[in-house]
Amino acid sequence: MKRGVLDNRTFPVLLPLAEHLTRRSDNERRYGLPLVRLPGRWIVACAALLVLWAGVAEAQALTAGRESAIDAILKWMPLISRGFALNIAISFIAMGAGTILGMMLGLAQISLMPPVRVGSWALTQFFRNAPWLVLLFYCILVLPFRVTVFGMTFDVPNWLRATVGLTLPVMANVSEIVRGAVQSIPRGQWEAAESLGYSRGQTLREIILPQCVKRMLPPWMNLYAILIMSTPLASIVGVEEAMALTRGALNAERRGDLLIPMYGALLFAFFLYCYPIARVTQALERRHQVTT
Amino acid sequence: MTAPLIRIRDLTKSFGITPVLRGVSFDVNKGEAIGIIGPSGSGKSTILRCINALVPFDSGSIHVGEVDVGAPNLDRIALRRRVGMVFQQYNLFPHRTALQNVMMAPVQVLKQNKAEVEVRARALMRKVRLEGKEGAFPGELSGGQQQRVAIARSLCMQPEVMLFDEVTAALDPETVKEVLVTIRELAEEGMTCLIVTHEMAFARDVADHVYFTDSGIIVEHGDPKTLFSAPTHERTKAFLERVL
Ligand SMILES: Nc1ncnc2c1ncn2[C@@H]1O[C@H](COP(=O)(O)OP(=O)(O)O)[C@@H](O)[C@H]1O
Ligand SMILES: [Mg+2]
Repeated sequence: MKRGVLDNRTFPVLLPLAEHLTRRSDNERRYGLPLVRLPGRWIVACAALLVLWAGVAEAQALTAGRESAIDAILKWMPLISRGFALNIAISFIAMGAGTILGMMLGLAQISLMPPVRVGSWALTQFFRNAPWLVLLFYCILVLPFRVTVFGMTFDVPNWLRATVGLTLPVMANVSEIVRGAVQSIPRGQWEAAESLGYSRGQTLREIILPQCVKRMLPPWMNLYAILIMSTPLASIVGVEEAMALTRGALNAERRGDLLIPMYGALLFAFFLYCYPIARVTQALERRHQVTT
Repeated sequence: MTAPLIRIRDLTKSFGITPVLRGVSFDVNKGEAIGIIGPSGSGKSTILRCINALVPFDSGSIHVGEVDVGAPNLDRIALRRRVGMVFQQYNLFPHRTALQNVMMAPVQVLKQNKAEVEVRARALMRKVRLEGKEGAFPGELSGGQQQRVAIARSLCMQPEVMLFDEVTAALDPETVKEVLVTIRELAEEGMTCLIVTHEMAFARDVADHVYFTDSGIIVEHGDPKTLFSAPTHERTKAFLERVL
């Protein structure tokens, strides 16, 4: 497995870095997605910077006789937390729906029927290669404001339409994860199952997919981390999630010195939510690499 | 003389434009052990794959008992419960234990009673001398042990004929013997076996009849003593000189 970026003899100092980068790009190629990496020391550095900044803002506020930055953050926290709950709700719904649809689309990609295979492949590629923000705008504009089911009319809230917009790229990425995992199972497994009388569907259900779960879990969790970090995009199309509410709070305060502490607090909230996910993903990935 | 269990006539098969089988005919009687030898790429695996319909063939006919393997409405489950197959790479299901590997197909495909299948599966694990390994996952077993689980897995479907495709080719020399002993016992108990092998001594010992294939045809066949000691065709002579 010597595919290093560098020759062994030219800069030996760079070898650990080269190896690290090679391993990382291998993983990213395997998942077809950038991997979320949150190295601890960067986080510490950023947090320190934020604290410093907050301290400066604090001092300025106190000397100018205004409310302190920390008090302002605490005052707005209940509202922004409710917004953050909406971010999480959007991510759960988009992930759940996207996973179910993506599983079906991914299995369609390995169908024996060429039209199904080609159609699902095209759909997957289309949504995988569209910018998430554009898809979001598209869904906000295209989906109806209200729907009528059995004579009853429901309003479709903005956030639900944004959720659909985020579901589509999740679906396409899950589709690729499923297809890649199924195709990574050796052909011999299919042959052995077939020689024992298993049908294609039975083979998938009983033999292939159970083996895929372990391989799909890390890229699937990585996709979730990317999704939750993309939910603030919904603020651009008018969804009142954490990012939009923070901006609203800042507008109400009309204080430039609060910008960095407030957005810093929001960043920190996302970090607290995403970091454990990234760590578990890495741990699973490492275990998978050991066992195969 | 009863009808042969397997009857193959003028079998041809191409992959794309490459002819792989160019008219193969032979019979296998119940209880016989057949050895198939020949250089690699000569079509040995393809013959076995055609017999249990893992690959379709182009022309000719194959019958297993009364099952016509070439029929468009072939009942695959009926065919595969009569024909067991063991592969070079074992192909055990790694997410299930040895015992579960043996039990899965009869329970899930043939819908047999789980308790009855388990009794049979445990007996088969004893038969292939793997008592005590029932709970082990394939990754925890040696190559030879995995291959014997694979044999037990096939036998649990209660087939009438077993196909062995170079089942010792991927094994360490020291574990080859334990697998060959298992196959020999099966043959001696009267199981009909088609054994593709590179173990010439084993073929000579166990087979009732040996076929030598080269580039898609059967060049020569006969009882093993004669074929190995006095081959009549040049190609057979050259092959045997190379491998013996
Ligand atoms: N699925 C396949 N697609 C294309 N060619 C194949 C395939 N399977 C086998 N072949 C070709 O058919 C020939 C015979 O293969 P095989 O039956 O496996 O030979 P053997 O088992 O005697 O080594 C080889 O030349 C091989 O390359
Ligand atoms: Mg072969």
